[in-house]
Amino acid sequence: MRHIISILLENEPGALSRVVGLFSQRNFNIETLNVAPTEEPSLSRLTVTTVGDDRVIEQITKHLNKLIDVVKLVDLTEGNHIERELMLVKVKALGAARDEVKRTADIFRAQIVDVTPSVYTVQITGDGGKLDAFVQAMAPIGILEVARTGVSGIARGDKLLSL
Amino acid sequence: MELLSGADMIARFLKDEGVERIYGYPGGAALHIYDALFRQDSVQHILVRHEQAATHAADGYARASGKPGVVLVTSGPGATNAVTGIATAYMDSIPMVVLCGQVASHLIGEDAFQETDIVGVTRPVVKHSFSIKHPSEIPEVLKKAFYLAATGRPGPVVVDIPKDMTAPTERYEYVYPKKVKIRSYNPVTRGHTGQIKKAVEMMLKARRPVFYTGGGIVTGRASEALTDLVQRLGFPITTTLMGIGGYPQGDRQSLGWLGMHGSYEANMAMHHADLIIAIGARFDDRVTNNTSKFCPTAKIVHVDIDPSSISKTVRADVPIVGAAGSVINEMISLLQARESAAPEALAEWWQSIDGWRAEREGKLYEPSKPGEALKPQEVIEAVYRATRGEAFVTTDVGQHQMFAAQYYKFAKPNRFITSGGLGTMGFGFPAAMGVKLSYPQDDVVCFTGEGSFQMMMQELSTCKQFGAGVKIVNLNNQSLGMVRQWQDLNYKSRHAHSYMESLPDFAKLIEAYGFTALKVETHEELAPALERAFADTNELVFLDIYVDPFEHVYPMQVPLGSMRDMLLSKTERT
Ligand SMILES: Cc1ncc(C[n+]2csc(CCOP(=O)(O)OP(=O)(O)O)c2C)c(N)n1
Ligand SMILES: [Mg+2]
Repeated sequence: MRHIISILLENEPGALSRVVGLFSQRNFNIETLNVAPTEEPSLSRLTVTTVGDDRVIEQITKHLNKLIDVVKLVDLTEGNHIERELMLVKVKALGAARDEVKRTADIFRAQIVDVTPSVYTVQITGDGGKLDAFVQAMAPIGILEVARTGVSGIARGDKLLSL
Repeated sequence: MELLSGADMIARFLKDEGVERIYGYPGGAALHIYDALFRQDSVQHILVRHEQAATHAADGYARASGKPGVVLVTSGPGATNAVTGIATAYMDSIPMVVLCGQVASHLIGEDAFQETDIVGVTRPVVKHSFSIKHPSEIPEVLKKAFYLAATGRPGPVVVDIPKDMTAPTERYEYVYPKKVKIRSYNPVTRGHTGQIKKAVEMMLKARRPVFYTGGGIVTGRASEALTDLVQRLGFPITTTLMGIGGYPQGDRQSLGWLGMHGSYEANMAMHHADLIIAIGARFDDRVTNNTSKFCPTAKIVHVDIDPSSISKTVRADVPIVGAAGSVINEMISLLQARESAAPEALAEWWQSIDGWRAEREGKLYEPSKPGEALKPQEVIEAVYRATRGEAFVTTDVGQHQMFAAQYYKFAKPNRFITSGGLGTMGFGFPAAMGVKLSYPQDDVVCFTGEGSFQMMMQELSTCKQFGAGVKIVNLNNQSLGMVRQWQDLNYKSRHAHSYMESLPDFAKLIEAYGFTALKVETHEELAPALERAFADTNELVFLDIYVDPFEHVYPMQVPLGSMRDMLLSKTERT
């Protein structure tokens, strides 16, 4: 099963490489990885999506917790949560395809954020599934480039991941 | 207020931390630190002859004393030479602090002379690592390094120190930090009481229980508590290789150690158990054999300080995260005045165990007859007698290591010092040196093989300089015996590169350093040689003992089998 693990990490040099190294060292898989500072300057928040059975996920969370730089973590998939990813897609936009791209973008509530005579750059947010669907829909028209941020997530309601 | 350079802070911190001795080797990036060491006399520096030996010596000391071993090396090759020893300590959860010189900060990343990203290189084999970013942070970082190395599940910590951090001209305030706090690091000590109660109830109902304990008992200083618990319950106990001495091996309840070359009765008892109480052990593949056939009828209680060790390879029915000593003491207090609910079943269980014991009694190996080559096993037994079982014993890796573990019986923890997890040839001799320098009154014996010894024999020079009188017992089978055994069993005796052709004349080699070497080729020579070797505790003596090159280590678990699937000799199998 796919899991989304969010981690508060000390904002220290080498901390990220310890997390990433752990996954390769122990043969755990990383599907997406997203990391950025938080409102608290000493902490980064890192979100990783991974796939594994219960035993593997238990090992992943235990080993992550063991890293000295990991302050706290939560497996968001254990409860209700919001999952978002942002994607920028460059598509060929020539002739009839220009309208087709625009229409499809509207259906997905995506925005065209940059335009040239031959290319549209579309921005779309949503969960991974929605982004995949958008890529599929655009594929016949001609995708030139895709940039995805990887999943970020947060628990619903009062639950917090904080110090 | 005291102003000190980074280098002086390091020397001063070591003193304030109570470190008496460090092991190291100088080089450009570490020279400010070496100069600071020169100008003080609280901390003794032992100059090894290879940085790997520094880590093994510090490791040997740590295993004997329970305190962190300390290593100082220079950048680049000095640091990379230390990697094997760091990995060795990591695999066996040994507390160690490794201070590495580094090129000056402004050169980092430029492929400067002797620059290696040692934090990167060692990342998978350390508990944690630090890079010093400013001289003023040295005391606090060092305190954190010692704290992390020695608490929770211990392990090696690397501190990378760019040369400019130790410059004599840059001085900052020095205060010894008595305590540090790391907000993301709070190792548990007490176990969950509900879980412990559950475990105790299972223990009281068990019909065929076995304690299976590991290195966590030794590092957690829990062997007294364990002995109390095991004796109250009257259960059998087997330990891992790392757990040897955690329970007195001479006691009737001790089944010896278990696993690949463990005792017949220990492996049989594990296989037939209905309850396994694992404490400070990690169910590694050299213990469990095939996990899908592991102990088919047993429920498992697993106590460990490291949650990631629990249910890693074998699912625990009752996981308990906590320090061994604290959990055991809580078990003892819950047991007060309660007795097994199944005393008859327990008595029957002991009958089975005694049966297994009797089956192998006197059949473990065939002693040599006069005129035949000595058996390695009988040499170990003779050394055991010569040292009254009281020596610190280190080993290298191979057949001699297994024989030492099988035939030297340990009554106390911290006495059997071996590279169990990484299996590092070359470990034994420098480790013995590290023990001997801190325990000069004790006999320190290194059982080695002619293969392993040649990996670290340059340390004879260090022993000469610092007067480390270790006893080196070279079980010379003129081959990489353990490799050869596997080739006999799995490759139709095709001995690909398992010979040690062109062996040196060890006696001459040893004499070149001014030490005594005794060559033993026959039965008759053994006893007098041992008497001579152990006459003076402080004299380094090398015993070059020729043993039967065709001997195999048994029992040996059959690959992919269960615990009870064992070869018992060249011709017998369970
Ligand atoms: C550094 C290292 N290299 C290779 C091995 C693989 N290995 C394990 S035992 C062994 C043979 C050891 O020979 P020796 O020291 O003579 O001991 P013996 O088995 O003959 O008693 C080898 C090569 C190892 N454990 N460590
Ligand atoms: Mg040999």
